[in-house]
Amino acid sequence: MKVLAERIKNGIILENPTFVQVIGMCPTLAVTTGAKNGIGMGLATTAVLVGSNVFISLLRKFIPSKIRIPAYVVIIASFVTLIEFLMQGFVPALYKQLGLFIPLIVVNCIILARAEAYASKNNILSSLFDGLGMGLGFTLALTIIGSIREILGAGQLFGFQIMPSSYQPAIIMILAPGAFFTLGILMAILNHFRSKNTKKA
Amino acid sequence: MSVNKYTVSSSPHIRSKDTVQGIMGDVFIALLPAAIAGVWFFRFSALFIILISIASCVGAEAIWQKLTKQKVTINDFSAAVTGLLLALNLPPTVPFWIPIVGGVFAIIVAKQFFGGLGQNFINPALAARVFLLTSWTPQMTSWTLDGVTTATPLALLKEGALQLPSFTDVFLGNIGGCIGETSAIALLIGAAYLLYRRVISIRIPATFIGTVFILTWLIGRDGMFYSNAIYEIFTGGLILGAFFMATDYSSSPVTEKGQYIMGLGCGIITVVIRLFGGLPEGVSYAILIMNLAVPLIERYTMPKRFGEVKQ
Repeated sequence: MKVLAERIKNGIILENPTFVQVIGMCPTLAVTTGAKNGIGMGLATTAVLVGSNVFISLLRKFIPSKIRIPAYVVIIASFVTLIEFLMQGFVPALYKQLGLFIPLIVVNCIILARAEAYASKNNILSSLFDGLGMGLGFTLALTIIGSIREILGAGQLFGFQIMPSSYQPAIIMILAPGAFFTLGILMAILNHFRSKNTKKA
Repeated sequence: MSVNKYTVSSSPHIRSKDTVQGIMGDVFIALLPAAIAGVWFFRFSALFIILISIASCVGAEAIWQKLTKQKVTINDFSAAVTGLLLALNLPPTVPFWIPIVGGVFAIIVAKQFFGGLGQNFINPALAARVFLLTSWTPQMTSWTLDGVTTATPLALLKEGALQLPSFTDVFLGNIGGCIGETSAIALLIGAAYLLYRRVISIRIPATFIGTVFILTWLIGRDGMFYSNAIYEIFTGGLILGAFFMATDYSSSPVTEKGQYIMGLGCGIITVVIRLFGGLPEGVSYAILIMNLAVPLIERYTMPKRFGEVKQ
């Protein structure tokens, strides 16, 4: 049980895919124009990650190591297709918003990295929790970035006006440069605290 | 035995009297004519914006250095120069918070995040201007002159308007535009002072303006050998950008050859944006893009070491 809680903590804090591993940058920078998009993208990725981790772990003794990457991609692509149809059916608005980035989850390096680095070497249950932890870490990061950009760039959060109406939104924050500003500054702040902690220890 | 009179000391052995304070002071003085011209043509609002902009740049620098426990270096004038340059790059009608946001962005994001004075890879004032222009386009592109809404000469040229301000007005600065960019004569006086004091060299501005002139003349808005090429040099931010911003020490090449390349590149990008782009003016983007290319330019124009064999 301890190992499962540790996987979750590892994914969200210690090895957060966005802020620590700095992988999966394409969706991180491209879709986080709002908190809603961030959460949607994060949860879709989490669902694929959990599914693919479980399946790859299940088949880990079965897949010959020489062709493991194509095999992983087939498994990942099946889950992405599944999620894509589900989103199209149940949350069409979000599906439209995220557009191309949903099929692109197939090539999201977080998923392949977890398959290669963790799921192919560990048992099913811990792989499931590893996927869950990484996915939630990714969702958290995307939601934070999306919220900051939405507040500054549109004066809203989850589509609700939260800034006073006299606030003039800084359009640049919901354009591409805003993603880089937000991510860079957040990472700088986190690294600052991390280096402080290691100095103390 | 004679006494050994040689003094042995560590480098540097060659010292110069230049100080950051002295150079920044000179740049500040050189910008004053343009600032005064801006206040003359745009009245009180221009003065107000200049003061807010300088105050917010200096304040941002002081607060950031206090917070990060560095030595506070606001006395070297560099933040004040950034503030003044930023104000000269703003329209006289912007609301009061624009120069504040711009000043904070220029100093903290464009300058201090990268290590402070001399470490910034892009010109802070220009970075702030582009940040503001992208974020608050309507506020940043509304021009007035004598209380009347007007368009800049370059915008008029882009629209193909027939009625253009006269050359005298353009040269003196009696036109719509940013506070400090309109008066070509005031900028040239400041530039002459900088050249005389050897704060800047003529290489970047001359190649920059020369390239813009030749290309505008050759390509033209209405065919080859365009008659208004001289007129276009004195419009927009070209003089301000070429003399005061493309020559920024930390974001322009140190090699002579590199400086020519910098000027040439800025000129080409400016003309391409002016003649073919969607925006009326491209000087600020041209300088920023070339700022990014400076490390590359320096790598390729590095002088050969003595005795190095050509490869």
